[in-house]
Amino acid sequence: MNTTTIEAKAALGGALNPEAREIPLSSAQITDYDHRQTVGKITVDHPKMLCREVNVYYGVKHALKQVSLDIGANEVIAFIGPSGCGKSTFLRCLNRMNDTIPLCRVTGQIQLDADNIYDKSIDVVQLRARVGMVFQKPNPFPKSIYENVAYGPRIHGMVNGKAELDDLVRASLERAGLIKEVEKRMDEPGTSLSGGQQQRLCIARAIAVNPEVILMDEPCSALDPIATAKIEELIDELRENYTIVIVTHSMQQAARVSQRTAYFHLGDLIEIGETDQIFTNPKHKLTEDYITGRFG
Amino acid sequence: MTISHDAHTVKQFDTQLANLRNLVLEMGGLVEDQIKNAVKSLDDEDLTLAREVIARDQIINGLQVKIDEDSITLIALRQPVGGDLRLIMSLSKAVTDLERIGDEAEKIARMTIKTYDVVSSPPSAKLLRDVTPMAKLAADMLHGCLDALARLDVEMAVDVARGDDNLDQEFQSALRRLITYMMEDPRTIGHAINVLFIIKALERIGDHAKNIAEYIIYLVKGKDVRHVSMEVLEKDAMAE
Repeated sequence: MNTTTIEAKAALGGALNPEAREIPLSSAQITDYDHRQTVGKITVDHPKMLCREVNVYYGVKHALKQVSLDIGANEVIAFIGPSGCGKSTFLRCLNRMNDTIPLCRVTGQIQLDADNIYDKSIDVVQLRARVGMVFQKPNPFPKSIYENVAYGPRIHGMVNGKAELDDLVRASLERAGLIKEVEKRMDEPGTSLSGGQQQRLCIARAIAVNPEVILMDEPCSALDPIATAKIEELIDELRENYTIVIVTHSMQQAARVSQRTAYFHLGDLIEIGETDQIFTNPKHKLTEDYITGRFG
Repeated sequence: MTISHDAHTVKQFDTQLANLRNLVLEMGGLVEDQIKNAVKSLDDEDLTLAREVIARDQIINGLQVKIDEDSITLIALRQPVGGDLRLIMSLSKAVTDLERIGDEAEKIARMTIKTYDVVSSPPSAKLLRDVTPMAKLAADMLHGCLDALARLDVEMAVDVARGDDNLDQEFQSALRRLITYMMEDPRTIGHAINVLFIIKALERIGDHAKNIAEYIIYLVKGKDVRHVSMEVLEKDAMAE
């Protein structure tokens, strides 16, 4: 199995990296940050996740600096910024995918509802069922379409018997807008689908375990415009039931799908606000320069 | 709010935006000449000049179409956001007002012809006494907002917006005077109505210039100051 599918399994709580270990959380350790103040309102009325003074270090590199923001229930929030700005790093903190990276250290506080997700009592497998993930490259397991979706519910013991599992698989594929295209070929390998279909299969796989939050790391960057449009339409529909956090390099995509946008730059959260405002009237010069294409 | 003066990574985009703004300023310059010449034709009873003003309105109309086309192309090709988007939208709206100002200048030129191209006696000087000061106020407003656009100068735009109240008051007093003359001597009614159309055109030029000033404030500050009181406009324009 290649690394991307191992990662996908880890995202479902399947196979944890043996190097995963407890993360030190004491904010008293943070002494070496020199970060910029965030512009904009970081709080929302109904937060699903609450992040406060989150720092991430890869060895000695301070990759994310004092990031604080709320993720609202049933909102789509987009993280944008140039490569290496920390947006994916931050996304991966939200379901502790960074645990799988050696030398990675996370400090600060991240809450999912009332639970501190870095607390010792948190079961990471359960956490990743509650906070699902979709990756940049579609990464179906080398199994049938059916098994791809059935894998998560099965390892989490969510269903009793074949009939119930069948229903859940069908329902998940339906929600991911894929059922019509695959109902007659459930036993074919997931990898036999087109790129866009594979990505929707991965979304079906993520929602099969009934998550509360779905993290998407550039879910459309490997897809053509039509497949991208289908995923964007899907994101809008999924918002009714889930909270979605999306990292994207396409600013137009962020503008189209999200209600709030956060702009990261060199590990700092520079600006956060309503998407409309960020794209018509950004407050910070760095945001303006980035979205209008004035970098480099 | 922020408006960036740094260059885009795609330098061609900078050139296109600069060209667009220059075209609008060029159109603004032509419109200024049109007002000046229209009023001059009236002052000098120069019907040839009045006919030139009418003919040259076509050039301004052509520029409006060209600038709109260029704006649409830029939006389609570059998908502008932030300050770039505000710039293109503001320019595109300003162009509509400039074209209307051009129409008002043409209207004044037509009134000149109507006033002096008849067999009856010309209007008395007192009927026309309000035209020159009002024309100066209107021309100053237009000049001010073109300067403000060239320099992205918000303070100057606020000055222009303030000037509109002045012009409106001038219009009201001029109107009262015209009514008085008409009541005193009904034979002046024909000329007085022509003058009324002229001062109304000048008053409208002030309104259009104020609109352009508001777009400049939106462009620079990101605040929509249309349909707000002068106090709110000043506060928004000067906010950091």
